[in-house]
Amino acid sequence: MSGISKSFQGIPANQDIDLCVEPGEIVGLLGENGAGKTTLMNILYGLYQPDSGQIKINNKNVQIHSPVESIHLGIGMVHQHFMLIQNHSVIENIALGYKDTPFFFPKIKIRKKIDQFSRQFNFHIDPDKKVWQLSAGEQQRVEIIKALLNGADLLILDEPTSVLTPQEIKELIFVLKEMKAKGHMIIFISHKLDEIMEICDRVIVLQKGKIVGSSDTSDTDKKSLARMMVGRDVVFNTLKEKLDKGKKILSVKNINVLGDKSILALKDISFELFKNEIFGIAGVSGNGQRELAEAITGIRPISSGNVTINGKDITNKSPRQIYDNGVSHVPEERIRFGIAPGLFLYDNAILKQHHLKKFSRRYFLKYDQVKTHTKTIVDKFKVSTHSIDSQIRNLSGGNIQKLILGREISERPQLLVASHPTYGLDVGATEFLRKHLLKLRKQGSAVLLFSEDLEEIFELCDRIAVIFEGEFMAILDADDKRFSDIGLMMAGSKRI
Amino acid sequence: MIKIKTTDRYNITALKSFMTNILSLLAALVMISIIFLIAGVNPIYAITEIFSGSFGSLYGFKETLTKAIPLILIGTGLTLAFRAKFWNIGAEGQMLMGAIFATWTGLTFGEALPSYIIVPLIFLAGFIGGAVWGIIPAILKIKYSINEVISTLMLNYICAEFLTMLIVGPWKGKTRFGFPGTNNLPDSAILGLIPGSRIHYATLILALICAIVLCVIIYKTRFGYEARVVGENPDAGRYAGINFLKTGLILMVISGGLAGFAGVGEVAGIHHYLGYPASISSGYGFTAIIVAWLAKLNPLYTVISGIFFAGILVGGDAIQISLGLPAATVQIVNGTLLIFLIMGDYFLNHKITLRFSNK
Amino acid sequence: MEDIIILTLHRAMVAGTPLLLATTGEVICERSGILNLGVEGVMAMGAVVAFIVTMTTGHPWLGVLAAIATGMIFSIIHAFASVTLQANQVVSGLALTMLGLGFSGMLGKPYVGKPLSIKMEDWVIPWLSDIPWLGKILFTQGPFFYLAIFLALISWFFLERTRLGIQIRSTGENPKAAETQGVNVSRLRYLSVLIGGGFSALAGAHLSISYSKSWIEGMTAGRGWIAIALTIFALWNPGRAIWAAFLFGGFFVVQYLLQPLGISPSFLAMLPYIATLLILLLISLKDPRKLNAPAMLAEPYKRGER
Repeated sequence: MSGISKSFQGIPANQDIDLCVEPGEIVGLLGENGAGKTTLMNILYGLYQPDSGQIKINNKNVQIHSPVESIHLGIGMVHQHFMLIQNHSVIENIALGYKDTPFFFPKIKIRKKIDQFSRQFNFHIDPDKKVWQLSAGEQQRVEIIKALLNGADLLILDEPTSVLTPQEIKELIFVLKEMKAKGHMIIFISHKLDEIMEICDRVIVLQKGKIVGSSDTSDTDKKSLARMMVGRDVVFNTLKEKLDKGKKILSVKNINVLGDKSILALKDISFELFKNEIFGIAGVSGNGQRELAEAITGIRPISSGNVTINGKDITNKSPRQIYDNGVSHVPEERIRFGIAPGLFLYDNAILKQHHLKKFSRRYFLKYDQVKTHTKTIVDKFKVSTHSIDSQIRNLSGGNIQKLILGREISERPQLLVASHPTYGLDVGATEFLRKHLLKLRKQGSAVLLFSEDLEEIFELCDRIAVIFEGEFMAILDADDKRFSDIGLMMAGSKRI
Repeated sequence: MIKIKTTDRYNITALKSFMTNILSLLAALVMISIIFLIAGVNPIYAITEIFSGSFGSLYGFKETLTKAIPLILIGTGLTLAFRAKFWNIGAEGQMLMGAIFATWTGLTFGEALPSYIIVPLIFLAGFIGGAVWGIIPAILKIKYSINEVISTLMLNYICAEFLTMLIVGPWKGKTRFGFPGTNNLPDSAILGLIPGSRIHYATLILALICAIVLCVIIYKTRFGYEARVVGENPDAGRYAGINFLKTGLILMVISGGLAGFAGVGEVAGIHHYLGYPASISSGYGFTAIIVAWLAKLNPLYTVISGIFFAGILVGGDAIQISLGLPAATVQIVNGTLLIFLIMGDYFLNHKITLRFSNK
Repeated sequence: MEDIIILTLHRAMVAGTPLLLATTGEVICERSGILNLGVEGVMAMGAVVAFIVTMTTGHPWLGVLAAIATGMIFSIIHAFASVTLQANQVVSGLALTMLGLGFSGMLGKPYVGKPLSIKMEDWVIPWLSDIPWLGKILFTQGPFFYLAIFLALISWFFLERTRLGIQIRSTGENPKAAETQGVNVSRLRYLSVLIGGGFSALAGAHLSISYSKSWIEGMTAGRGWIAIALTIFALWNPGRAIWAAFLFGGFFVVQYLLQPLGISPSFLAMLPYIATLLILLLISLKDPRKLNAPAMLAEPYKRGER
């Protein structure tokens, strides 16, 4: 790829990018969120068209107008969010992606092919299972099979480890090294420095749409890469003050909560939270974190057990009642749950607070107050926007998150439940949010933090619990030495 | 080779929105002219007939206002429902149910009571009737996940048959020209008209008041805010602790109730008795959908779009007589207008660029 | 007595035929993710075109072909609005209904009340039609009946057992994923809408040239809307649609059976609609999460969305 540029609505996502890959090479594409990595790969895969620039394969110029063409050219992509049909079976999904699927009775031929690959790479996939029944790692394997089946010489993986357990990551690395040995080309997109250093032969760093550095991984180290990625030194360990624990705020006793598929998502969970404390829940996504956050904030029913705030029972109360008891929530899927996209900024600023006396009097909303409140949040949290009258969907993801955080913090909650608050944010926004979480902690609130970023957990939390399949494997102080085994705990192999 | 590229437009002003609407209507007019041409009708004559029939004469304008009343009432209620993405296709049935409740009240109590008591009473009854018929699909949707398009439609038919059952059965009164109907409403229950017209002014004033009230409800109240959030993003609504059942019920009470008002207006102001469903509701429930859509779901604009579509209806009647076109012609006009509005919306929200390249 | 029952059941099959055709079409359409509320209008167009062509040419099958073509072309409007313009599918479908009812009324005006002299005879299937009871009910029917069942079964086969079917269903479940597999979502959705339109028009053709052999405005009598309800009732499965359609055909027909018993005709006319609601309610109570609705039904899909 040479000279690739692409803009969306006047904002450049890629500017004049050059990239080349040789057979038998794993090239890492490193950058923060919004750096342009996914955009660049989507161009290569044919989902987007570049505004300018050339793509050459085997030294021949090519134009890739759609995934059909890129697949034809031997390019395969495994996206960060799997492109699978949840309600269909594995075999139907693979049949969808395979270019030589027979028209009639496609399943027969595909089944044979799946067997073939399963043996070659040691996959164990039941072809008739519906996709929603598979684990994240298994789903990823389906994606890889799809790409390989179509004869991909070049495989693009977009943040592949974000949903895997440490064990599954090891298995993935094994597969990738196998493929490299067979002469495949791999582009590995990630923002995790450890992985890039371990897996890739070369690394290219993107920042704000431009290439800011490229080198062999043997010639560089994490710190230099981080500096290239961000433009300045990233501080890995913010010193947080030691604070004395205050009085108990949250008490969760023996709760059992059902998940979406009517199986228990949380089994007999108990823990307590105190003032001036950040309590972290570590674990791979999908082990009950979402259900726990939803249970505490009132969105999901609790089958048995109870939850109390400051001694008051809030088990199975409505979200609004729980909110009125001082519990704020920054949701995991921000766009999906946190905002009403078509409404204005100021409408969204009071999404959870609109029933408060501050903003409504009897049946009417006091819009002057609302707008003042919005302006305060925008200023304090540095939300970048033209005006508070613009529709919120025009803002970038990071700014939306800042608004949501500002909204939830501004009411000085007793307990803030923060689900993956910095996921998908750039380093600047991430630092900003983390600082604010620490500030809340200092001001006397309790924070329940869900995060997959272990760095973040250890940086911010006083105590940490590891969750696996709906149970706590351990609840320890953050500086406990036994956390060297945290990988095993997250994979369910160790319990303390 | 010409390449067409579409990009999203972000700076949409109210003026642009308005201009686009006007352009869409004009384009639709051109299309309708073409259709008329093919049908062997002189389009210029036909279209001028339509507009002179409805706005060109005093009589025509009065008729237009008369027909605008139910359209504004129902359309206003629909703007609320549609904003919450509650697709209320059942305004016909809600209107009829309102008419039924009002007629019962009028016939039962009207003899003994003076106008200033019975008239508000029948409007109240009509509101309740429409509201009841509107609540049913709300409950079905929120508690039982039944698609409201289906349920409101089915309820239209059920109510129409119910009405027919009533007027040929227990409520059968005098028959006029062979068509069954109830007895006439007592004089005290009949709505006064602006002299020299068929405009039942009480309902007209009610319609205008409702448009203003609904504007306030949608933009200034907590309930309106919650309804809008639910329409924009139901997940966010749940997260915000909005009570879906309460919100859904209230909005359908309002939407159904307003349709009920319209039904009262038709019975007590125009017909003075309850007859066949088609003659009472006259498709207003469906036309009001376009009225609301054209008004961009803003209750105040429904006044204008209501009058506009009423004009088309009146004009449509006029050319039916003078040109012998079938009644369904109005449907063609409405459908075409709606399609062009949709297209106009698209152009408003997207910028189309053509690129000429030598590939 | 036996004759009356056989006759009633026979008529139920006839009444269910247009429902089956329209429902099958709508199932295909909705499984690709597009909600088409214009069935009633397209059906009316099919009816009027079939009638006019048959009357003019004297060949009913020409009328059928003309109807199918008309239905498909007419549905392009909805496909264009829903797929290309990504407009609100409820509004667009309603517009289609209005246009369909309007145009058919206009086209059909000169033909109102004129009876069709050409008859489509019932096919008497050898041997099978001699079976007591079933023979007369199932195997002595007009060609549309067999066509409807055949098309429903073929549709099921295509949706479940072919590659095209997997692709169509994928665009309804997760168009983004389908797109990344190289499926042209727009093209498939257009195709599905058009096929659906063809089926609806075919249903209309049955009404005008086989069922009532005449044309009058409003003869579709809400069948299009019932087909939309039946789509949900059949859980988006053309095979189930067969049972659903004939069950409802039965409802239509039972009206006449019960009429001599003094039951008000309006009450009987209400029954199919009440029944639809009750049955939807029952399904919902039995299984709070109604299975099988295409996940992205009525959600517009924008290619290359960020």
